[in-house]
Amino acid sequence: MSKLKIALYWAASCGGCEIAVLDIKEKILDVAAACDILFWPVALDFKYKDVEAMPDKHIDACLFNGAIRTSENEHLAKLLRQKSKILVAYGSCANEGCIPGLANLYSRESLLDRVYSETPSTDNTNGVRPQLKVKVPEGELTLPAFYDRVKTLAQTVDVDYFVPGCPPVADQTWTALEAIVTGKLPPKGSVVGAGDKTCCDECDRKREEKKIKKFYRPWEIIPDGEKCLLEQGIICAGPATRSGCGTVCVNKGKMPCRGCYGPPPGVIDQGAKLLSALGSIVDSNDPDEIEKIVNEIVDPAGYLYRFGLANSLLGQARTK
Amino acid sequence: MSSANFEPKIVGFLCRWCSYTGADLAGTSRIKYPPNVLPIRVMCSGRVDPTFVLKALSEGADGVLIAGCHPGDCHYTSGNYRTLGRFTLLKKLLDQLGIENDRVRLEWVSASEGDRWAQVVKDMAEKVRKLGPLAWKSNAEMTVQEEAKAAQG
Repeated sequence: MSKLKIALYWAASCGGCEIAVLDIKEKILDVAAACDILFWPVALDFKYKDVEAMPDKHIDACLFNGAIRTSENEHLAKLLRQKSKILVAYGSCANEGCIPGLANLYSRESLLDRVYSETPSTDNTNGVRPQLKVKVPEGELTLPAFYDRVKTLAQTVDVDYFVPGCPPVADQTWTALEAIVTGKLPPKGSVVGAGDKTCCDECDRKREEKKIKKFYRPWEIIPDGEKCLLEQGIICAGPATRSGCGTVCVNKGKMPCRGCYGPPPGVIDQGAKLLSALGSIVDSNDPDEIEKIVNEIVDPAGYLYRFGLANSLLGQARTK
Repeated sequence: MSSANFEPKIVGFLCRWCSYTGADLAGTSRIKYPPNVLPIRVMCSGRVDPTFVLKALSEGADGVLIAGCHPGDCHYTSGNYRTLGRFTLLKKLLDQLGIENDRVRLEWVSASEGDRWAQVVKDMAEKVRKLGPLAWKSNAEMTVQEEAKAAQG
């Protein structure tokens, strides 16, 4: 049997997902033994034209991480879709926009102003902005267009499987790779390498009753090591987050869940569900006090949609 | 964006015990008020999952009105307090997402307040009419077309 042909690509992402692939450690040698890697910009020197020259569906599986932010991201998403039999949205950015997706709270212009003019470390008195094309003596240089909104991979092209996580944990990456190598794949559109419950279902912390008089940010309080973090007033996204990560943050790292595994099955908007949970644990029957406690949450969008804004119901809706 | 012919579509979630009965009373009392609210009867305002509100706005509603029993009057003793907690957070979220404040509203309307229901609907319909349609989908579509043009040129 000929070797499985795979490709890996990064679009708008931090590069953490690339590291996550290597987190499977020595098993990467099994992958290398079973597969030919045809395209992997972070590690191997292939050019876009090498991919363009391939026949359609030449690649058996492509792990695509990163959101769609620029015309280059979009081009590669479409190209790799065309050239791959299986396209996997790998990691939170490709799945639901992740941190790059939070830029959807701001307009393209205000982002460019911030980066090229307003930051204290920027010295740009001439107000230079990146141009799509510029002529220099050596010829014409081009840059990809910077889009107004961040989109997910599935909002751009047809996606076969979804591997969530920021980044996906090593065991789950291996589960997904193994499924591809052995051909034991679930129905198209499935989430691979994650559970089908919530993080709370797998959490070891002790739970009693959730009633809160005050919300704390993680640095404002030294949390009890055993007790549910939400019961201590620390915002934990566990109730609205898919299981499968092994609750590494909450149980090993002693930090609250931030929701990177996305919504559990059946939930269309993770932020709305977390909002519902947070709004209803406030321990008061006095309208003024309820409003006061809830208003202590300074950045609801950042907490509720830290990973899922681009894929949320109103994540593309900004009208201002 | 507002136009004289624009009729806002407002989705209303009405608690079965107080507000829906209040709206019924407005009807049987022959009180006149604008027909812009599409009422959906729920068992308690506490049943209104924030997803309902976001989904309504994402699928064409120009506004959402949640109506429940006055504080202290909840048929299930505390459902409306939970609603208030969620709603307060939801308003902050919607503001960050760029949805205008007047488009989503929580009101307490008891079973005997038919006239108050009519007043709330009248006021909200007026405010949303002034804001115009929540045309975020076509706005986003327009941006995409502008981007495509910019990428070519």
